[in-house]
Amino acid sequence: MRTFIFFLVAALFGLLIFVTLRYFDNEYYFFAGYVVVQFVVLATAWNILGGYCGYVNFGSAAFFAAGAYSSVALHKFDPTKWMPSIFGLEIPLDFLAPLFPLPIPVLIVFGGVVSGFIGFGTGYLTLRLRGAFFAIATLALAVVLQTLVINWDFVGGARGAYIIRPATAAIFGSYIHYLFLLMLSLAVIAVGIARMIERSRLGYGFACIRDDELAAEASGVPTLKLKLIATTISGGLMGMAGAPFPYYIGYVEPGSAFGLAYTVNSIAMPMIGGTTSWIGPLIGAILLGTVQQVATVTISSAVNLLIVGVLLVVFVIVAPNGIVGLVQQRFREREK
Amino acid sequence: MPLLEVENLSKRFGGFVALDGVNLSVKEGERLGLIGPNGSGKSTLVNCICGTLHNESGSVRFEGHKLDGLAPHRRTRLGIARSFQLPRPFASMSVSENVRVPLLYTVNARAGAKIAGAAVGERCMELLRLVGLDHKAKKWPQDLTQVEMRKLELARAMAAEPKLLIADEAMAGLSHSEIDDILVLLQRLNERGVTIILIEHIMRAVMSFSERVVVLVSGKKIADTTPERVIRDPEVERAYLGQ
Repeated sequence: MRTFIFFLVAALFGLLIFVTLRYFDNEYYFFAGYVVVQFVVLATAWNILGGYCGYVNFGSAAFFAAGAYSSVALHKFDPTKWMPSIFGLEIPLDFLAPLFPLPIPVLIVFGGVVSGFIGFGTGYLTLRLRGAFFAIATLALAVVLQTLVINWDFVGGARGAYIIRPATAAIFGSYIHYLFLLMLSLAVIAVGIARMIERSRLGYGFACIRDDELAAEASGVPTLKLKLIATTISGGLMGMAGAPFPYYIGYVEPGSAFGLAYTVNSIAMPMIGGTTSWIGPLIGAILLGTVQQVATVTISSAVNLLIVGVLLVVFVIVAPNGIVGLVQQRFREREK
Repeated sequence: MPLLEVENLSKRFGGFVALDGVNLSVKEGERLGLIGPNGSGKSTLVNCICGTLHNESGSVRFEGHKLDGLAPHRRTRLGIARSFQLPRPFASMSVSENVRVPLLYTVNARAGAKIAGAAVGERCMELLRLVGLDHKAKKWPQDLTQVEMRKLELARAMAAEPKLLIADEAMAGLSHSEIDDILVLLQRLNERGVTIILIEHIMRAVMSFSERVVVLVSGKKIADTTPERVIRDPEVERAYLGQ
């Protein structure tokens, strides 16, 4: 029941943001807002594995790009030109043609499934790796996936792929309004899932894994299974955040889809906001994302990562548990 | 049928033989003391029973089930709980939440009545009251003293409602009266029908608590008899004092 109310309030809040932005009647706010909200999803997704379970993922960009490229692949896919043959029997796919191009919500689900599978696979292969070794493995995953995409001609390879988005969308008018609302809904869902996990049996299990895996097993927590659940959910949400990306940006190439900014931001945002609760990544993403967007138009787009770096250093020293940790500490001190 | 049966158990770490064909059988409701000099394989034996380590040869049976290859959490669910030599609390959770974890993951994972809602919180408090930590329920593990930490460790092990509790040096570094505290606690658990294996260096505790004492020396069992006989055993004396 509480979860339902939370979803309701979050959805209303999202709607409020949307209506307010429409009121200003400036397309740019939607372009900037999309990026901020996208980072809310990425940071929240990262935090499910990195914050709750304590497994630092350096491969966020890979999951994001997997979602983006699954959209590109589906966008390029033409059922009338492709005929799969099974045991020499050719199956025409013409009947699928009216469904294409697929609507973006379907692409989001598809991207989520693809990245979820990659998350599951990564989890399965790295089950016994802990700490720095897990982080290195995820970093390697990003490199491997990027190499694969560079050499996959169908989605443009190293040349990249152009996705011409329609100028308008039904009901919404402007297409970017539609994209923004989709990403906003995704953020509501992601934050809702994170909160749900946090207060559930699963959340307790994740926290045990973060604190002490040996003691967790001794208390009956199936650590391997829970880790797989975490990598799958986390990866899936990142893929969902990446799926609409080609339509937003218009041109995707491996260098931008696998950009360092995604990896760094999805780690830095939860760290700055606080990793132990759902609200941490939300605060971090809104704060850092907005600062970056403002810096892009006022100073330069190149200064973004510098800001992230400086803020991260400051927070590691001043508030190692993020903004949420800082507030909690204050409360605890007052209690004493 | 014995509750726990260890048969011809061996474990090596590279060239080092930590356990060498150990046989051990524990009856239901028994209080067993397990002693031995440092490095004699006591903790390795516990780890093999609990599944943290996998034995190379031999087998462990619990209530007739073969445990070999089973993950530690499955063994906990079958009814083997342990406390760790150095307390390993879940640092980011409050004291009562620490006890909640085994309730959620072990008790509720078993077939039969599940506890939910407010009953979980009540059971947590009940367990903390049993070890005398109820007034610290809302504190964090870092605020606890050493004795309290060890009591929390026992409370967490008890929360899993085990049939067999293995207390791995639950009293190391504690004062005389604190040891008595823990002993009373273990005695009380045993009266409730929990079989207990006590691993300890403090002979006073082992002698007063155990019904039977097993002595391990460099991975081999050299004695398995009553406490009175063990202290008079010349081989045990040689192992501890040298010749």
